[in-house]
Amino acid sequence: MTDAGNSDQRELEQIPAGPDAAAPQARIPPPQSKSLWGRIIQVSAVPIAAVLLAFVVGSIFILGSSLLTGRDFDPLLPWIAYSSLMFGAFGGLNPIVDTMVAAAPLILGGLAVGLGFKAGLFNIGAQGQFLMGALGAAYVGASVAELPTPIAMTAAVLAGAAVGAAYGFIPGMLKAFTGAHEVVTTIMLNFIAAAIIAYLVAGPLGAEGFAFARTGPIGNAALVDVPGTRNLHIGVLLALLTVPIVWWILARTTFGFELRTVGANPSAARYAGMRPAVVTMTTMAACGLLAGLAGVVEILGVTGFINTSYGTSVGFDSISVALLGRAHPVGILFSAILFGAMRAGAPEMQLDAGIPVEIIDVLQGIILLFLAADILVRRLFRLRVAGTGVDELQTVSRSYGEQAPR
Amino acid sequence: MTEAALAPVLEMRGITKRYPGVVANDGIDLDVRPGEIHALLGENGAGKSTLMNILYGLASPDEGQILIGGKPAAIAGPSDAIRRGISMVHQHFMLVPVLSVAENILLGEEPMANPVFVDRRAAHARIRQLGRTFGFDIDPDATVGSLSVGSQQRVEILKALYRNANILVLDEPTAVLTPQETREIFAVLRQLTREFGTSIIFISHKLYEVLEIADRITVIRRGRVVGTRQPAETNEDELANLMVGRDVSLTVDRGESSPGDVVLEVDALRVNDDRGQEAVRSVSFSVRGGEIVGIAGVAGNGQDELVGALTGLRKAAAGRFAYGGHDLTRASVRSLMDNGLAFVPGDRHRYGIILSFPIDDNLCLNDYNRPPFARGIIRDEEAVDRWADARIDEFDIRTPSREVPAGTLSGGNQQKVVVAREFSGDTRVLILDQPTRGLDVGSIEFIHRQAIAKRDAGSAILLVSAELDEVMELSDRILVMYRGQIVAERDGRAADREEIGLLMATGGRDERPAETAEVAS
Repeated sequence: MTDAGNSDQRELEQIPAGPDAAAPQARIPPPQSKSLWGRIIQVSAVPIAAVLLAFVVGSIFILGSSLLTGRDFDPLLPWIAYSSLMFGAFGGLNPIVDTMVAAAPLILGGLAVGLGFKAGLFNIGAQGQFLMGALGAAYVGASVAELPTPIAMTAAVLAGAAVGAAYGFIPGMLKAFTGAHEVVTTIMLNFIAAAIIAYLVAGPLGAEGFAFARTGPIGNAALVDVPGTRNLHIGVLLALLTVPIVWWILARTTFGFELRTVGANPSAARYAGMRPAVVTMTTMAACGLLAGLAGVVEILGVTGFINTSYGTSVGFDSISVALLGRAHPVGILFSAILFGAMRAGAPEMQLDAGIPVEIIDVLQGIILLFLAADILVRRLFRLRVAGTGVDELQTVSRSYGEQAPR
Repeated sequence: MTEAALAPVLEMRGITKRYPGVVANDGIDLDVRPGEIHALLGENGAGKSTLMNILYGLASPDEGQILIGGKPAAIAGPSDAIRRGISMVHQHFMLVPVLSVAENILLGEEPMANPVFVDRRAAHARIRQLGRTFGFDIDPDATVGSLSVGSQQRVEILKALYRNANILVLDEPTAVLTPQETREIFAVLRQLTREFGTSIIFISHKLYEVLEIADRITVIRRGRVVGTRQPAETNEDELANLMVGRDVSLTVDRGESSPGDVVLEVDALRVNDDRGQEAVRSVSFSVRGGEIVGIAGVAGNGQDELVGALTGLRKAAAGRFAYGGHDLTRASVRSLMDNGLAFVPGDRHRYGIILSFPIDDNLCLNDYNRPPFARGIIRDEEAVDRWADARIDEFDIRTPSREVPAGTLSGGNQQKVVVAREFSGDTRVLILDQPTRGLDVGSIEFIHRQAIAKRDAGSAILLVSAELDEVMELSDRILVMYRGQIVAERDGRAADREEIGLLMATGGRDERPAETAEVAS
């Protein structure tokens, strides 16, 4: 078959013609578009369609809720609500700053979940890792509050990242050595993290002289504003910088290659001389580091302390962000900004249109629903979609009975 | 198509199916008569699977029509196809290993005693009766996973019969069978056509089998029918030439080998299977440099576990193996590779290739982390690209570019990706596990030539294959593996095909066929 005369009439054997077309175990991605733009459109079509559909369906909820509260029927109400939402999120410098500040922890948290997806891991533990990172940053920040700003800030940031990484390492280790599924262990560790905070903040790590149990003031450890801006703390910059770094690690380093290989096919990874157990542990620690950083950014940039009942939904929203971003760093960046914008713009919407901010949660839920039902979305919009390597939803739904990689 | 004595039960007329960039079926005509075994021959990617997918309702043709019993039929999907009496036995069995034979056969067609409960008794009675008719001795309550491959295939066929199929499509039914099992299945197929008038479409790459079993043979190349022949008026060479479109040599000239020193030495090796049962029972042999040693055996007789241990994927329970006197029994996969191991795995989708990764990444899967593909922790994309282009060229991998996911290639080209990766570089020990399973004659010829070239370059090659022909053709020495042991050794050039087949089936001790061997695959 090596004669050159044949090469001009080479047949390009396409998927359905292949001998394995009927083989059930072969997960074969559809043909890829040639150009970069074509590929971007292929990959992002379903998420974009899901968001658009969610806003359409959300308008039904907006109309319904207005009727239930006894207001006159106004068919333009969804339009008013969405435009005030957009105005509240992007209508001027301050709204944009608010959006980005709200997006920063979601970017980092989304990366924490997305990185796991790439390695075939479903990290539900971003919530717990976020909390532990937040605790580390709050406590160390309070301890170094008097030191010069650069030193205090760096120490607090590194401390939060380290605690988050350690907390992520635990489920990674459990999976590598005992085969315990990370979905189960990370959910449990989320509760444990909340309990640890309640105990430590009320006890050993709490500050004196406050009416309620909390950590001390972080003083100089607070994240300063980006020079030339107001209220845009440098944590946002850190989050934005992390996006290309994570992309670079995934796409250009040997570790990223190992991570993606283990995610795509652990058996082939073993046969290629990789050690899936080590990759799993390292990846989970990296996920924990990123989620921990999300907590750091929130504490040192926004709240300034942590109390016993510190509540947040960032960890869980991060899962939605990662799914909507199809686990790609750039996709995660955009979906985090979208989610941040909805958070930042919601008060304006409540003010202008009288729509409760909770409608944002409804919208997020509907987006997720359409992502999960992507076959429906593809049918509706007649989309042909390219695979992204590891299918995030497949990672989510992969069976627990599977053997752990060793 | 001249002697149309009987009206065809199935006619496919002018079937055309286009996919982006390729015409998979280009005006294909095919007719199948009642009680006929009609063989469909063609290379991988020739369009056989597309044609059968259209027949089975998995794809819809762009042009052309299908007539069943003379009436035009638009087949909407597999369930519609089954309703019209078309049944398909896939090469990869569509069985649920943890369910019983009866449950597998009933799946989707459960006879109901009432709206809630399945009528088990009636179902079992019917299955037993079907089995008796065809001399299948199958226990309806046996778990499918515990059956031999041959028996599993009978379950597939029973499944089709249970659904009252009168057109049965068999996709490479003999790929996993011993010669004896093949003969048995052929007897069943003949009985089906004779006594029930079932029509069979028989897809195969094995030319001599097609000549033996088929009433007519249709050859497809590049989406077109290039000829229909009667077995009596053709021969293997003509069929091969039709398939490939040029002269191919069916048997590679293996030439003389000049074995050197012993390179791979296996000593009293014992390996357990996944369930902790001893699957390799004290196996000892050696392979010299410049020599191909073939292991013949029915699938599930310990070959997988042996290969697993020799490639570091599985821990040996006892015994040792060494490369050139250097003990590597406990070595990691990476360290084995550093010592000169190359490995073409039997299950290429599981171990050999990452379907979602582009071809270039697949071509450096083992060496991704060392120069020239990486400097430190940073991958060198340009080096990967250069390497990939060179390999694609050298191994004639047919692909639009190195960037496409490996999963979009045909099976033969996927295997060429694996072979290109493993055959490039200095190899001391080369382990080939089912290297040509499911491939077409052109790809097989190519891979066999490459293996011979590797042998002549001094590699010690261990060939494990369920294809007896392949073992017979390539090996300098043949070892027969039966129930975890090497039961015989024969000279590769002087071995008798029938004798080896019998040794594979019985281990050479008694005449009982290896029906209930502890099989898993």
